[in-house]
Order: sequence, then structure tokens, then C-alpha cells
Amino acid sequence: MHEMSICESILQIMEDQAQAQNFTKIEKVRLEIGPFSGVELEALRFGFEVVTRNTLAENCVLEIIETKGQAWCMECADTVQINERYEACPKCGGHQLQVSSGDELRIKDMEVN
Amino acid sequence: MCTVCGCAPGEAKIDGQDLIHDHDHHDHDHHHHDHAHDHHHGDDHSHVHVDGHTHHYGHGPAHAHAPGLSQSRMVEIEQNILSKNDRYADKNRAQFAAQSIFTLNLVSSPGSGKTTLLTRTLTDMKNDHSLYVIEGDQQTANDAERIRATEVPALQINTGKGCHLDAHMVGHGLESLGVADNSILFIENVGNLVCPAGFDLGEAHKVVILSVTEGEDKPLKYPDMFHAADIMILTKTDLLPYLDFDVEACLENARKINPKIKVFQLSSKTGEGMKDWYDWIEAQKNQTAATTANVLGE
Repeated sequence: MHEMSICESILQIMEDQAQAQNFTKIEKVRLEIGPFSGVELEALRFGFEVVTRNTLAENCVLEIIETKGQAWCMECADTVQINERYEACPKCGGHQLQVSSGDELRIKDMEVN
Repeated sequence: MCTVCGCAPGEAKIDGQDLIHDHDHHDHDHHHHDHAHDHHHGDDHSHVHVDGHTHHYGHGPAHAHAPGLSQSRMVEIEQNILSKNDRYADKNRAQFAAQSIFTLNLVSSPGSGKTTLLTRTLTDMKNDHSLYVIEGDQQTANDAERIRATEVPALQINTGKGCHLDAHMVGHGLESLGVADNSILFIENVGNLVCPAGFDLGEAHKVVILSVTEGEDKPLKYPDMFHAADIMILTKTDLLPYLDFDVEACLENARKINPKIKVFQLSSKTGEGMKDWYDWIEAQKNQTAATTANVLGE
């Protein structure tokens, strides 16, 4: 969707953290991204490289942890795994699902100097 | 450049003007840096380091207490990437609550009839309510002009290359528009069923508009938006006799994504179904006013 502006937000958090936690170079960053975050991972990787050029995160290793999509099925009264928002419950085939995780879009941690 | 919220004149424009606004500007130690990258986003506020919420200026060398800086170390961040937008959205939401402003964020594909729905709604409701509009488009002030023809105050935000409105642009829009207490604010987002889904503007509801000239499977094709919205309006229903559009299949698809989505079916052209929409807006607005009164009364 808007991977470039997401990359700019990542860079900004990095720069804020560099000030707050006193570091000048980022070697590696780990992101947690869920299947419902609306982010295309390849576009994000591409954007990240472009956005971090000539910054404290230049050549930084980008590791993406893909989280799983989970939903609460009201029929089954159970947590089930889904891969798309429109998927039916794998147990009962119903659509009374409340997505409980999978929209993560966060920076987990960074290795810095 | 504004050093408080960090917005710089980029491509985003409010009524043709760059985002310029008044803040108390303090003398911050500004961290200068050169970015050579391309700005995809119209508003390049995202590079600046002062946002007034999390930033800790003035710590200076006193903060340099970490030993062994030459060694690599891990820092836990655990921060949402869109947290900055979310903070601006919270700020907008607090302002809406304090002033009892009921705000709707209208999203759809280009050409679904958002502006037509809005002009009709404004025309029919303006005598009984104080109404305002923020219009988001990549370029042109055409839509704001269409809105102003109804005599409702409107502000145009052009996002430049940007594909969505963000909470920061809307915050500045509010400053410029000077929305009165006890009002209804309609934000017409950029026509796009993808990007605006992820950006909270502080609104009470995201309203997704789908016209019957589009496919019934749109909710399945753009699930993030139909999940983010809690209200769906099926427009141009006067055209149904000429189309093969299956209303029930469309609603079923929407409910697959979002079982709780509330649906209105209407035609901005004939007026069919508009009353339910107006009644709902009015009820929600009264509820907003009651909530504000309770908070103030406490």
C-alpha cells in the first residue's frame, strides 16, 4: 500500500531512538509484520533500502518476522488460524470470526552501535 | 520548517498553501542530517525529530551514560511503526471529544460517488446542523469547490504524491478550518481502497462507500478497508434495474470480512434511503454531545 511512507516512519523511529538511547549506527533491525497489516514485504524491503540510504541505518540488515493471522470463532468458541481476512473458520466453515492477531506492524528491536 | 511537529513544506497542501501553522517555536538542538532519498509521501514531516510526545530534547551529554558504546548492543523497541500517526489521531480525537464534534472518515474507490453523496447530505442537513468538510485529493480543489457551493465550509488538502490523508494533515486542517463546537465533520479521504485503511484520523467511524456499478466482490478484493470500516454505504441503488449487481452477495461478502458492519443502501440522485443515513448521523451526533456533556459535568 504505502510502503515508502511506512519506511519513512521506521526511519523516523530509528532516528528518535538514536537520540534517546545514544547510538549512531544501526546494524540490524527486526520488524514484526502480520498478514493483515496491508504491507507488501517485497515493496517494504525495496523502500527500506532506498529510504535508509545516507542515514544511520544505511546497509542495515532488515529482518522481517512474519506473524500468523489468528481469529476467534464465535461458533466454535475457539482461536483458529487464518491466512486471509475473508477466510472461513477452518473448523466449522463459518464467518463469525473476530480477527485477534495478524495486523502487527511494529519494530521489535535493533542491533546498534 | 516547523520544529514542533516537524512538518516541512512538502507536496501536501491545504487549500493550495503549504502546511504552515503557528506553534511556539522553542530553541531545540536540532539534529541536522541530509537525506538523499526520494520522498514518495507528499508530506515529508517524517524526518524531523521533534514531535512533542516522545522526544527528549535537552538531555544532551547527560544522557550519554551507556558504557561501551563502541560495542554493538540490542535495543528493545516494541513500537508500532504507525505510532506517530496514532498519536496525532489521538490528539484529533481528544479535540473532537472536547468540542463535541462528530467526525466521519469517508473512504472509497475513485468514482463511487462520495462527493455527490456528501453534497446531497450537506444540502439536506445544513439547516439543522453545523457542518464542516475536509476534502482529500491528490490534486485540484475541485471537490472543495463543489462542497462550498452548498455553503458548507470546506477545506481542500492535496496530498501531492500521497495516497491517503494522515492524522497530522487533518490536525492542521482543523486548525485552518476552525470547526465550531457541536458540529459534524465529514472527512472525504483520497479515493483509494487500500492505503487509507491503515491511517486513523481520529474519526468516530470509517465509512466505506461502494457503488453498485462496482463488483460485488470488492469487499473480498480490498478486505483491509472493509475490515477497518464499521459502516458501509451501497450507493447508486437507482441503477440496480440496469445492472447485474447482486446486492445480497455483496453484503454477504462484506460480512465475511466484517460480521458487524452496518449497511445503508441509498441513491444520492433519487434520495431513496437517504433518510436512514441522516437519522443515523443525527443519533450518533446526539450521542457524541451527550458524552461530551457527561465528561464536562464530571
